[in-house]
Amino acid sequence: MKVSNALWKDELAGEMPEDLAREIDIFETELALRKQGKLDERLFAETRLRRGAYGQRYDNGQRHDGKKVQQIAYPSGELTKGPNTMWDAPGMQRIKIPGGGVNPEQLETLAELAEEYSDGIVHVTTRQDSQLHYVHIDDTPTLMRRLAAANITTREACGNSVRNVTACPYAGVCPDEVFDVTPYSCALSRFLLGHPDCQNFGRKFKPAFSGCSQHACALTNIHDLGLIAVERRENGEDKRGFGVYVGGGLGAVPYQAKLFDSFVPPEELLPLAQSIARVFARHGEKKNRNRARIKFLVHDLGIEKFKELVLEERKTLPPDPRWTEYLKGAEESHEEPLRPPGELSAPAAGPFERWLKTNTRPQKQQGYAVVTVALPLGDITANQLRALADIVRRFTKGTVRTTVEQNFVVRWVSRSDLPEIHQALDAVGLAEPGAGTIIDVTACPGTDTCKLGISSSRGLAAELRKQLDEKSFQLDEAVQNLHIKISGCFNSCGQHHVADLGFYGVSRKMGGYAVPHFQLVLGGEWGHNVGSYGLPVMAIPSKNIPQVVTRLTERYVSGQKNGEHFRDFIKRIGKVELKNMLDDLTRPPADKTDRSFFRDWGDPREYSLGDLGVGECAGEVVSSTDFGLAAAEREVFEAQLALEDGEFEQAGKKAYHSMLQAAKALVKIEYADVPDDPAQIVQEFRTRFYDTQKFFDPYAGGKFAHYLFAAHKKSDVSYTAESARFLVEEAQLFIEASHSCYNRLPAPAAV
Amino acid sequence: MELQHVNVKLLVENPGEVDLEPLIPIFHRWIQDQVCEELLLDVADYRHVEAGPGVVLIGHQANYSVDNADERLGIRYNRKAALEGSNQDRLKQATRAALAACQRLESEPSLNGRLRFNGRELELFINDRLLAPNLEATRAAAESDFQTFFQKLFGGNDFCLSYGNGDPRRLFSVSVRTPRPFNAADLLNNLAC
Repeated sequence: MKVSNALWKDELAGEMPEDLAREIDIFETELALRKQGKLDERLFAETRLRRGAYGQRYDNGQRHDGKKVQQIAYPSGELTKGPNTMWDAPGMQRIKIPGGGVNPEQLETLAELAEEYSDGIVHVTTRQDSQLHYVHIDDTPTLMRRLAAANITTREACGNSVRNVTACPYAGVCPDEVFDVTPYSCALSRFLLGHPDCQNFGRKFKPAFSGCSQHACALTNIHDLGLIAVERRENGEDKRGFGVYVGGGLGAVPYQAKLFDSFVPPEELLPLAQSIARVFARHGEKKNRNRARIKFLVHDLGIEKFKELVLEERKTLPPDPRWTEYLKGAEESHEEPLRPPGELSAPAAGPFERWLKTNTRPQKQQGYAVVTVALPLGDITANQLRALADIVRRFTKGTVRTTVEQNFVVRWVSRSDLPEIHQALDAVGLAEPGAGTIIDVTACPGTDTCKLGISSSRGLAAELRKQLDEKSFQLDEAVQNLHIKISGCFNSCGQHHVADLGFYGVSRKMGGYAVPHFQLVLGGEWGHNVGSYGLPVMAIPSKNIPQVVTRLTERYVSGQKNGEHFRDFIKRIGKVELKNMLDDLTRPPADKTDRSFFRDWGDPREYSLGDLGVGECAGEVVSSTDFGLAAAEREVFEAQLALEDGEFEQAGKKAYHSMLQAAKALVKIEYADVPDDPAQIVQEFRTRFYDTQKFFDPYAGGKFAHYLFAAHKKSDVSYTAESARFLVEEAQLFIEASHSCYNRLPAPAAV
Repeated sequence: MELQHVNVKLLVENPGEVDLEPLIPIFHRWIQDQVCEELLLDVADYRHVEAGPGVVLIGHQANYSVDNADERLGIRYNRKAALEGSNQDRLKQATRAALAACQRLESEPSLNGRLRFNGRELELFINDRLLAPNLEATRAAAESDFQTFFQKLFGGNDFCLSYGNGDPRRLFSVSVRTPRPFNAADLLNNLAC
């Protein structure tokens, strides 16, 4: 879409890390191949998802406009970027922010991209990522290059891969932490990014680090892999380690992560994660995506059997220096303040006092505080991001992170600077108080942009924010500390299970009309890294939810005993009492002339489920062989381009390499760890596919395999125009034959 | 230099009186009726963000919004798709689209006449930092295009150009003020000549 797309690659040459630059070049080629119809849409969908380029609502080319379903006449016509996903449909770009750590320059890059490719807003997610919405797929390679130049990647931000490695945003400064988990989370993030052992999952895999077990800043219990800092005394010394938890996850039915090991030393952290990934890839469900998360594998096998498999796998791992390289210096602090420590010189008053109470917390380093920049619904404008970058530079050495509550935290602010930073934030609309309180409502995108959204989670969140903010001064302290979290559907992206008051979108038919509802979920424990999950209580029309919140909180204030927590209060009064209390709110008013109940928050259209699409969260189940064959096709395409340009040497080399890629893809079916050595690939291919005749075409027999053998034999000779042309053609045929062979092979048996 | 992805923002009269909520059903209706040249797709509500994009009508080739960036409320046209032709063609296209949207909004009954172009001030942005970095050199290169275009837009009447925030991180922009007020119809007429 952007005219400058063609120019950015040259503009940023040398500014991007080489591996990221190459990754993006590959993606750009895949885009071109898809447009030419040379790359299957299913494969392209997974490859774009693994680059964080996600679908959005209405990308199937239909939209219910409030009266009827309209077909959207996108200019690119029938071209798709995935099954039932139109090419021109706006998409969401997810951007990985490991541990939530960003610097001011990266904030500025995000601001630029939001303006130029999106709608001027950066959205912070419940997993510390950033997201841009309404992005055209043609702009994504340029967008990724500009991110790469700022050392940010979108790689594996979606799809069946290792997602953003999250971490407590207070790591290193929290008075209650056992130790700073930052170096370990960064190391794991780097290590697993693009790791060959993580390319063949049936679903996504989410790791999280916490510096303690008692707080909820990292929500380790809801993660596939949760790592909590622990220390133990060994030979008179305190030794660092991690409590390792596996198999947690939300979704329709949430699972608490199970303790895998109460103490894993840092040098074992990466190999253990690698072993877990390998076991998940090998034994995890691939066909039924509804049971493909690791939580089901752990549940089905039992934690002891799962552990046994992982420890067996660990023994087989070839040593990798990266497992321990990062440990040198890991125990030292990596951040420092810009300004000397200090204290407030005068008592706080007015708006500053309220902000001070809810939006700052002391660091373990005397005289410093962490400042929370509360973002309404996780949204921040490009101008605000630039202003935030300036503020972060002015008061700190660039220490800012995102949180799972969709906010930013600025670390290492001298306490004597708090009035000044409050003033600076206030000048750009970023000093809203109430961070972490009941008004700091968390919501997933819901029906605003998500294909799976049933009800408007953001619309409801905005309304609750507004209503609660208006009366926040009168709210009892016990109520102020409650958490509200909202998901647009049962898939839990808004983390409704872990809130005191959780809601997820459902619909009900009433009088022949669909009515947007939210299921009320009560009893979740936010503390202790999510100590327990809430349970659904009843479905309530969307428009009645604010009244539900009012009734429940008022009843809690009047009925709580001895300072009991909200979940204990709910448990004590019981479901019958709850039902009686809320029963009249479970139905729209008898007066059917009030049509507001048939519309959702912030959406004037008559409510309909006609816009529901097929989610891409689960990705496309594409094996590493599919990917290998696609890579081979891409490379032979590049060989053709080189041939056209008269670069015969290059064309010949690429054609030969494309054949190796295809052969390797097949070998991987039987030998997952086949090394990258050409001789070994050819040998393994010969033994496993030629000698056994598995590769043999029903008509041509082993003919196409000989193309590979011959190319390998002559791989050290120079290519002429003629030999390069022959080789490109042979490579094409070999790749086709590899596809045929793969299609003929029986599907792998489920474990 | 090539001026693409032109954004035009028409500043509104009495911004404090404008309620953005009624824009949501209006923009949804525009999608139902596909009232613009562009393919209209969705409505994004950012009223919760201070000094933000307000309410945005998302289109394929362009977005329309009532935008409050820099706490300056205005009717904004954001051209996303590239356009053939000259710089004058592209400036004209974006300005016409913004003025046409302005006319439609001014005549919307549910807004009770509260959303009105102030007739004296508009802003123009080039939403592509590589084509038009926010630098002095860009100003020098674009000046004659702007002069020519605004001469035409204001029918030869006086106007004053001032370049936006000099922060190189921001989009290249120019603000135009006129001593006498114009309405959207006058300006559209001038462009039609």
